[in-house]
Amino acid sequence: MLARVQTWWTILRICIEERLVYRGDFWLGTLMRFLPIVTQIFLWGAVFAGMRAAGAPDDKTIAGYSYYDFVAYYLLTTISRAASSMPGLAGGIALQIRNGEIKKYLVQPVDLVGFLLLMRVAHKIVYYGIALVPFAFVFYVCRGYFDGWPPPDVMVAYITSLIFSFLLGFFLEATIGMIGFWFLEVSSLLFVYMLFSFFFSGHMFPLDMLPKPWNTIVQLIPLQYLAYFPSAVFLQKVHGRDLWIGLSMQAAWVLFFIIASRVTFWRGVKRYSGFGG
Amino acid sequence: MSSRPSYFRVFLTFVRNSLVRDMMFPANFIIETISSFGWVMMNVGFYLLIFRYTAQIGAGTSDGSAWDKYQFFVFIATSMFINSVVQMFFMTNADEFSELIRTGGLDFALLKPIDTQFLVSLRKVEWSSLANFLVAAALMIYALPRVEGFHLTVWQVLLYPVYVVAGIAILYSLTIVLAAVSVWLGRNTSIYDFWFYITTFSRYPMEIYSGPIGGWIRWGFTFMLPVLIVVNVPARMLAKPLTREYAYLALFALAATAASLFVSRWVFQKALVSYRSASS
Repeated sequence: MLARVQTWWTILRICIEERLVYRGDFWLGTLMRFLPIVTQIFLWGAVFAGMRAAGAPDDKTIAGYSYYDFVAYYLLTTISRAASSMPGLAGGIALQIRNGEIKKYLVQPVDLVGFLLLMRVAHKIVYYGIALVPFAFVFYVCRGYFDGWPPPDVMVAYITSLIFSFLLGFFLEATIGMIGFWFLEVSSLLFVYMLFSFFFSGHMFPLDMLPKPWNTIVQLIPLQYLAYFPSAVFLQKVHGRDLWIGLSMQAAWVLFFIIASRVTFWRGVKRYSGFGG
Repeated sequence: MSSRPSYFRVFLTFVRNSLVRDMMFPANFIIETISSFGWVMMNVGFYLLIFRYTAQIGAGTSDGSAWDKYQFFVFIATSMFINSVVQMFFMTNADEFSELIRTGGLDFALLKPIDTQFLVSLRKVEWSSLANFLVAAALMIYALPRVEGFHLTVWQVLLYPVYVVAGIAILYSLTIVLAAVSVWLGRNTSIYDFWFYITTFSRYPMEIYSGPIGGWIRWGFTFMLPVLIVVNVPARMLAKPLTREYAYLALFALAATAASLFVSRWVFQKALVSYRSASS
């Protein structure tokens, strides 16, 4: 057991050092991520101005969100998206299957999913560590859009939902990557996933805005837990019993995709053939 | 026999070759087209959702700075026309340009007896982006007759395509400058990201940028980096009556287009002078 922990710790340390090579790129990339939010802030400002010009009262909300809530929501989704997005994970797995590199996980005592998970943990630790500076700067500038910090119990629920969204993002994309055992090329499938994810994860707008039947559909699929749910928890749009149900559902989806990624890997390896050295 | 190549015939060859290449993998082409169409439809869905909650975007009523649903859809359709053409002809090529520099593949382009900027800008045509162009046409046909008080004039018919082409030229200039920067950076993998982030500002009516910060953004992206006029001038020409202020802006747009093309050409040629082949 101790030997295994030592192996995992060594892998994690190497991955962190690997990730720390491109710090400048990280800072610039993170700051640039906020640029589209600037346009969203102005767009929603114009939407609310339009509503007021048409005679709506000053405190009018859209699906329970004031203008300030919208801005806060978009800022918070950058944090949840930073946790749940897994660039290159599914494509990388499919590529390793295609070019035969996957063989090394079959002959060495290293678990593929565990190794990739540690790599992502390292990436996220470094990402959050370095991105803290631009994030803190933007959130400080925009602090007026928030009603202060939420109560401690909400913060605990928020951090829990962020960790779950990271795990959900990882295992969901890993499962898509494992489909490479059957199809070899998953890029088209990934594109479709990204398309739905962008819209139904809440990255584009708060999902509370959706009319029927779309609001029921988003409740049934796991994508809302990637961006919308953590942000809604922080803004206290989900509370009480709904919060517990939401967290439980998120955990259940994580468990589902842990099993799905394991089963697809196991079944994929059974049909995999590797030749040459 | 003339030693000067026929640029039009070379362009037609690029168009044909790209179509042949796309048709070699029909399933991939169909999926790319559907995905491209999906992105556009999701965007349209987002704006439909917004107009469920408000009748207009922006406050002003008398000065014409507010955009109602159909006016806004004319704006979106114009944006889609321009962006689909840029995606179709220039984006893939600009993206590959940095790879040509990194690998030394640009040597082959430089050796050919044809203008290098023409060659690297139009080599590949992304046929799947045509779907976005068709969606834009459908959206325009739907929205334009529904714009309140709309009467199509000869001037609109004549000037709209001119300003759409001007918008494409400005975005092309930005794209080629970003691509040319690869010569100095060695590798520029984030061209596409940067292009996306900057052009995001052009996707909305300029009136939404209000207040002190908004004013600076509007000024900067109109006069310094003229991405705001790319869609705003042609869209406004169709969707709204032409006021004196916007007539001046339309005149400025022509000057900005010429300046953008000139600057991009200058930067590109400077970049070529600085290019050192990567091959051994």
